[in-house]
Amino acid sequence: MGKLWAISIASIFILLPFLGNAFSPESPTDRRVLVLLDDSAIKSSHSIYFNSLKSRGFDLEFKLADDPKIALQRYGQYLYDALILFCPSVERFGGSIDLAAILDFVDSGRDLIIAADSSASDLIREVGIECGVDFDEDPSAMVIDHIGYAVSETEGDHTLIASDDLIKSDVILGSKRIEAPILFRGIGHSLNPANNLVLKVLSASPSAYSANPKSKLSTPPSLTGSAISLVSIVQARNNARILITGSLSMFSNRFFRSGVQKAGEKTKHEKSGNEQFLTEISKWVFHERGHLKTVNVKHHKVGETDEPALYRINDELEYSVEIYEWSGKSWDPYVANDVQVQFYMMSPYVLKTMSHNKKGVYSTSFKVPDVYGVFQFKVEYQKLGYTSLSLSKQIPVRPYRHNEYERFIPAAYPYYGAAFSMMAGFFIFSFVHLYSK
Amino acid sequence: MAAPETSTAAVPTLYTNNTLRNAFGGVLSFFILLLIGVMAFSIRLFSVIKYESVIHEFDPYFNYRVTQFLAKNGIYEFWNWFDDRTWYPLGRVIGGTVYPGLTLTAGTIWWLLNSLNIPLSVETVCVFTAPIFSAFASWATFLLTKEVKGTGAGLTAAALLAMVPSYISRSVAGSYDNEAVAIFALIFTFYLYIKTLNTGSLFYATLNSIAYFYMVCSWGGYTFIINLIPMHVLLCIVTGRFSSRLYIAYAPLVVLGTLLAALVPVVGFNAVMTSEHFASFLVFIILHVVAFVYYIKGILSPKMFKVAVTLVVSVGLAVCCAVIAVLIALVASSPTKGWSGRSLSLLDPTYASKYIPIIASVSEHQPPTWPSYFMDINVLAFLVPAGIIACFSPLSDSSSFVVLYIATSVYFSGVMVRLMLVFAPAACITSGIALSQSFDVFTRSIKFQLPGISSSMEVDAVETSSATAEAQNDAVKTEKSEETSKNRPSKKSKKKEKEKEEKPSTKAKAEKRLLALPLDSSVIFLLLLILLGAFYVVHCVWAAAEAYSAPSIVLTSRSHDGLHVFDDFREAYGWLRHNTDVDDKVASWWDYGYQTTAMANRTVIVDNNTWNNTHIATVGTAMSSPEKAAWEIFHSLDVKYVLVVFGGLVGYPSDDINKFLWMVRIGGGVFPHIKEPDYLRDGQYRIDSQATPTMLNCLMYKLSYYRFVETDGKGFDRVRQTEIGKKYFKLTHFEEVFTTHHWMVRIYKLKPPKNRIRGKTKKSKSKTSSASSRGKRSGTGKKNPWQ
Repeated sequence: MGKLWAISIASIFILLPFLGNAFSPESPTDRRVLVLLDDSAIKSSHSIYFNSLKSRGFDLEFKLADDPKIALQRYGQYLYDALILFCPSVERFGGSIDLAAILDFVDSGRDLIIAADSSASDLIREVGIECGVDFDEDPSAMVIDHIGYAVSETEGDHTLIASDDLIKSDVILGSKRIEAPILFRGIGHSLNPANNLVLKVLSASPSAYSANPKSKLSTPPSLTGSAISLVSIVQARNNARILITGSLSMFSNRFFRSGVQKAGEKTKHEKSGNEQFLTEISKWVFHERGHLKTVNVKHHKVGETDEPALYRINDELEYSVEIYEWSGKSWDPYVANDVQVQFYMMSPYVLKTMSHNKKGVYSTSFKVPDVYGVFQFKVEYQKLGYTSLSLSKQIPVRPYRHNEYERFIPAAYPYYGAAFSMMAGFFIFSFVHLYSK
Repeated sequence: MAAPETSTAAVPTLYTNNTLRNAFGGVLSFFILLLIGVMAFSIRLFSVIKYESVIHEFDPYFNYRVTQFLAKNGIYEFWNWFDDRTWYPLGRVIGGTVYPGLTLTAGTIWWLLNSLNIPLSVETVCVFTAPIFSAFASWATFLLTKEVKGTGAGLTAAALLAMVPSYISRSVAGSYDNEAVAIFALIFTFYLYIKTLNTGSLFYATLNSIAYFYMVCSWGGYTFIINLIPMHVLLCIVTGRFSSRLYIAYAPLVVLGTLLAALVPVVGFNAVMTSEHFASFLVFIILHVVAFVYYIKGILSPKMFKVAVTLVVSVGLAVCCAVIAVLIALVASSPTKGWSGRSLSLLDPTYASKYIPIIASVSEHQPPTWPSYFMDINVLAFLVPAGIIACFSPLSDSSSFVVLYIATSVYFSGVMVRLMLVFAPAACITSGIALSQSFDVFTRSIKFQLPGISSSMEVDAVETSSATAEAQNDAVKTEKSEETSKNRPSKKSKKKEKEKEEKPSTKAKAEKRLLALPLDSSVIFLLLLILLGAFYVVHCVWAAAEAYSAPSIVLTSRSHDGLHVFDDFREAYGWLRHNTDVDDKVASWWDYGYQTTAMANRTVIVDNNTWNNTHIATVGTAMSSPEKAAWEIFHSLDVKYVLVVFGGLVGYPSDDINKFLWMVRIGGGVFPHIKEPDYLRDGQYRIDSQATPTMLNCLMYKLSYYRFVETDGKGFDRVRQTEIGKKYFKLTHFEEVFTTHHWMVRIYKLKPPKNRIRGKTKKSKSKTSSASSRGKRSGTGKKNPWQ
């Protein structure tokens, strides 16, 4: 299945992520976010997180999840560019929001942050399932780790976990290393390994398991070890980004500020890694990092500047494309050495890594293969954490015209000679035969 | 019917003055020919009158599109046209893969008319090309038959050909296909060959090569000419009829014809490299050997000649063995033994069905049934044997050619129903000869026995008696007028022949009287013959009006509540043209490829030019695969829309479900995981509840019967006359975007890959209910109009 999706082909130059999405390359700033809460107390208890978003220019609108007036869209226009669901226990949203509305919201390219906890309702679980995340089905289960727990004043049930098993990606987590472990208390979820859209950002340690902390374990837990994901991100095919976590409290001011010491470790960090981790990852979710765009796809024959309607076999051509990355404020040139272009007809006839000038212009030149047909210039760029680029541009390649072949082939001179000498011979013979008598 | 009347009408106008009579006959036959031409043209207009002036069927749409391109861009662009809208993504070099004769002909006519300020559209020209050329074809038939058996036979044959149903089926107005001009080219080439053979004129030989070139340009059937003429030459040599005329008729044709044929891009080096052409070269060699032997015989004494013969025969055998060995080696070195699949299936009728399903699947490549002979040539089938007998009395070079022509074409028509078209002219010529000879006999008998005029008629009767003698006379006359000094020996021999012919005919004068049939039986037979002819005319007009004038893109059916018109194809193509992107790719079974490119102007994956079996097999495999696998195949080919033709609602039998087994076979030929038995229940092809699960889950079934049960609540298929097996199902990877008024064409769009991938847990209830309600909503829009 994954392989199939990878072969995403479009007839002409399409950039799926940009078609009427919230994150538009034209006006990427000034974004409206709807935050749905179970309880208005969360607004103050999680204020550090919300303030960090506001300080980055987001326009947050807080509503209770069962507010009868809430709506995601009006007159077919979405009112928000992102949605934060900090309402784990909600059974029914108020207003016009339901499961399908949230999924349509995501499918329109808008972003979503979901935080569940041990009281997660079926509705929240279903949103997770639709996005490819399976929360532990046991409603009373929490993630327990008797080795990787966070040391605290009261010896508890080891459900407060200090985890530092992070994904290694600068795009997702920022270039600054997260030193302190991240505090987590909540439910775990698992991912389908075949699902290539979802990524495990923070995973539990191998000693963790998911079970009801209050009762004795009678059967082996269904989720164990590092198969448990604590925080996952999803990048949908239209590049909508989703953050899913099983812990609402990890966003709280208390977790942000508290110090952390992982059991069995000496070092006690003054401050948990939560703030850095969640802020950085929210930058990724809200497209402030890792969002690429391509512009100015050009191709032409070597020595010309105009784009031809079709090429001839064995033409020399040049192909160039500009790739930029959104930095949160402006489009900066994207610099990488692994962007490849294919000259493709059912299979790539040419596959070349493009060189760049550090200003975002990637270019290469190659010779059209000696095969005619309808080719495509394809750039399929999928890199961890970045939006996937999928460009294809159709271009026919024709064979030689009748007058483009070599006119006189040196190897054929004996035959030319034979033909002409034959004609001359025949003429002489006829002449002699007719007039000799 | 005009022709028989000529011979009867000619009787009272006999004068003793021969030249005046000939002149009158000439003028009369000129007008008769004109009328035959008008009839040939007008009998083919039923389709325009009953339907409209449109291009018919499948291949004509391609030819039409090519002609449009030619008219717009000129001949050089046409020659170098690389078409990127078919056979995606392979494309097709149109200029190098079509027989350009038809296109160039129509293009020239259009250009000529336009430069005369007659602004006809390309479509009009294309529609009427075939009727015009059928008039030409009947005139060519007249010329050919006249060369063989005289004017009377010629006129009869021309009249018969003008309305033979087999030819009408391929040349009604709108049937803009290669055969439309090719049949004319075929007959005309034969005429020029016979003409050359009769006159020995190098002028006609050159014309013959040019006519052959036109035929090569027009149709792949030219291989019939290049095999039939060598066969005839060989026949002449074997029967001791070798003459310099034969040499002149054949040698320039092979040399010039092959050179010219090689100029046509689609033939190219095939003209010297494929087995279809070997026979002509072999006979060319034999002809030279024979000519050489005759020459040697002339300069040596009989004794010396005998010695030379033994010497040459022993050496010749060795050389022959060597040549044959080389030939066999050459043939064996090519993978198909040098024969193309279509030709092989001609020689071995079971070849195609055994090895090449793509050839066997084409309906016009099937062997014909007996009724189709009666349908297509009608009473000619009974007249042909009589004509063959007439050709044998006396057997001349030209009449032996006709016999050979009919014998071979009967065989070929028995192999492939399409080649009925080659058989039809032969049948017309022989029947024309038969009819005119029998009319001759009967009218003469009546003339001899009618009191009063018999004495004066006697002389004339003798003169008109033998049609062959007349033909010979004609030949000699033309020889006299056209040839000046060349070919003296042949002319002399001709004169001698003529004298020989004359002598027995004068002797026969007395016998003729005795041979005359009784008056009353002659009259009865004459009436019966006229009745037969009348029956033929009635049948031909019926066939032209009812059977063969349907354009097949518009269908009609007459029921108790009046006439129904089914214009679904154009509706669907129009929808595609107006509602899809210019570069979208449409997948369908190859039958509809030409129409889609021409009418909808959308890129197709495969079309009726079945040059790439693998590509067609890919589409066949997709159609016979389950939905998901099919989606993957189509998606890998960038397909956006899938078009299926479905006749179950209105009872249109040639729909995709009925063609489906061919898709399975062709697909399975390349991709062995598709197995025909999986689609058959106990060897039976069925779509009802007894059908196999593979059948009920394949894409073709699903796309054809999706929501079909909503039409009548039962899902009763009117073509298969049964209720369908699986009635309620949903499509997961395709969505219906358009279904025509009578459900004959259904267009589906490939769903894009899902934006998100779901987790493992089962689907929620709310989701499914919303999806089903959506399905219902779209379903209410369409209702079966015929329930």
